[in-house]
Amino acid sequence: MSSNPHISTISGLANEVLEHTEVKVTHCYQCGKCSAGCPLSEEMDYPPSVIMRMLQTGNPELEEKVLRSFSIWVCLTCEMCFARCPMSIDIPKMMDFLREKSIKEKKANKKAKEIIAFHKSFLDSIQYTGRLYEIGLLADYKTRTLKILDDMDLAPKMIKRGKLNIIPELIKDRSGVASIFRKTIKKNKN
Amino acid sequence: MTLGFYPGCSLKGSSREYAESVLALAKAFNIDIEEIEDWNCCGATAAHNMNKELSLALPARILSLAEKQGLHEIVVPCAACYSRLTVTKHELAKDQELTKKVISTNGLDYKGTVEVLNIIQMLDKYVTPNLEGRVVKPFDHKVACYYGCLLVRPHEILKFDREEDPQSMDELMLKAGATPIDWAFKTECCGAGLSVARTSSVGRLSGKIIRDAVDRGAEAIIVACPMCHSNLDMRRGAINSFLGEKIDIPVLYATQALGLAVGLDRRVLGLHRHFVTVTV
Repeated sequence: MSSNPHISTISGLANEVLEHTEVKVTHCYQCGKCSAGCPLSEEMDYPPSVIMRMLQTGNPELEEKVLRSFSIWVCLTCEMCFARCPMSIDIPKMMDFLREKSIKEKKANKKAKEIIAFHKSFLDSIQYTGRLYEIGLLADYKTRTLKILDDMDLAPKMIKRGKLNIIPELIKDRSGVASIFRKTIKKNKN
Repeated sequence: MTLGFYPGCSLKGSSREYAESVLALAKAFNIDIEEIEDWNCCGATAAHNMNKELSLALPARILSLAEKQGLHEIVVPCAACYSRLTVTKHELAKDQELTKKVISTNGLDYKGTVEVLNIIQMLDKYVTPNLEGRVVKPFDHKVACYYGCLLVRPHEILKFDREEDPQSMDELMLKAGATPIDWAFKTECCGAGLSVARTSSVGRLSGKIIRDAVDRGAEAIIVACPMCHSNLDMRRGAINSFLGEKIDIPVLYATQALGLAVGLDRRVLGLHRHFVTVTV
């Protein structure tokens, strides 16, 4: 640890981010361009530049708040922050890492329940059929979130325009795709 | 040379008119195009939000299948799929250990030899050089070319067009006889994958895009991504309630506008499938 409190040392989570993504949070000098350009910052609990600062402190309590934040889930990876960062810090890549860690450690923010449910329903659909089955995705999402009535008007309009497949597209090598899931996202689960 | 085609899931379902217009143009310009056999979903936002290894293994399988099929170049019309495939290729090219891991996960050989083209690159390479004398019905409208995020960012990896004021689609639309407008929301996010889980966010973000396009006199918005299209077109209810008024500017894929310009049939181009009636 440095004795100078103004020089941030790479510790804890910032170091993990560096090791897994090569993203250097210490390079951020708080210009705030990422937060100004972020289309979702007004819906976040901490805008991107504040997340960067929280990680720079190395304070375990603040790191915990980052992993439990809503920000990391409402981030759309639109890449605007990275495009505008004068230090070329790949914030979206860091966000991917933080999301994965947050899920693994069961720290995902409660407000992100629907967003995460959508991701899970999406991935389940691919795991079983190899391609996205949109009706299956919506049914699964509604079951997970109990948001039964949402988008009820959309499906008939889509069917009328030939935009929804009633029967899923099944690829031939479904076991191959299922095996990819078993070896990656499902490898630590029974 | 045969051009490989990766439609991705949207183009087989909710955005099938995008595939229809791509294939109609390919036919009209004698492009030898062939779908990648037994392709899978690229994993989209869900995979890279939840698990890095999965988010690389799924696109790598697609690229491996293209290699196996003897394809050297593929077109990926969905900007999100294009992003996932290009990012995967980039990540694997710089890390041999990671490549070995992905090969062992997928059980398929991977060399990284397939060129990945987005829709604008494909049109610039195979359609616009042969456009002379073909524009029989110029698309004579003021258009707002909307690029969205993933077609142009991150530039470090995609190396395609400018990140915030791209020009490639504008130039394409000029060739189709349209008048592209200068506007501020070319690459602002539409709300993308939050469409279902946070529709109100999409209403706000897409609403601002629609508002600026209309205020600056656009008669149509031109897109190159099925996610952008479905948010701007199918989510018009949420958009209108955010804007507090009913705006009925149509949203067309670049391939549909170009298709109209070269005299292709509206139905063949799938214009009847849009939620917002295409009046242009």
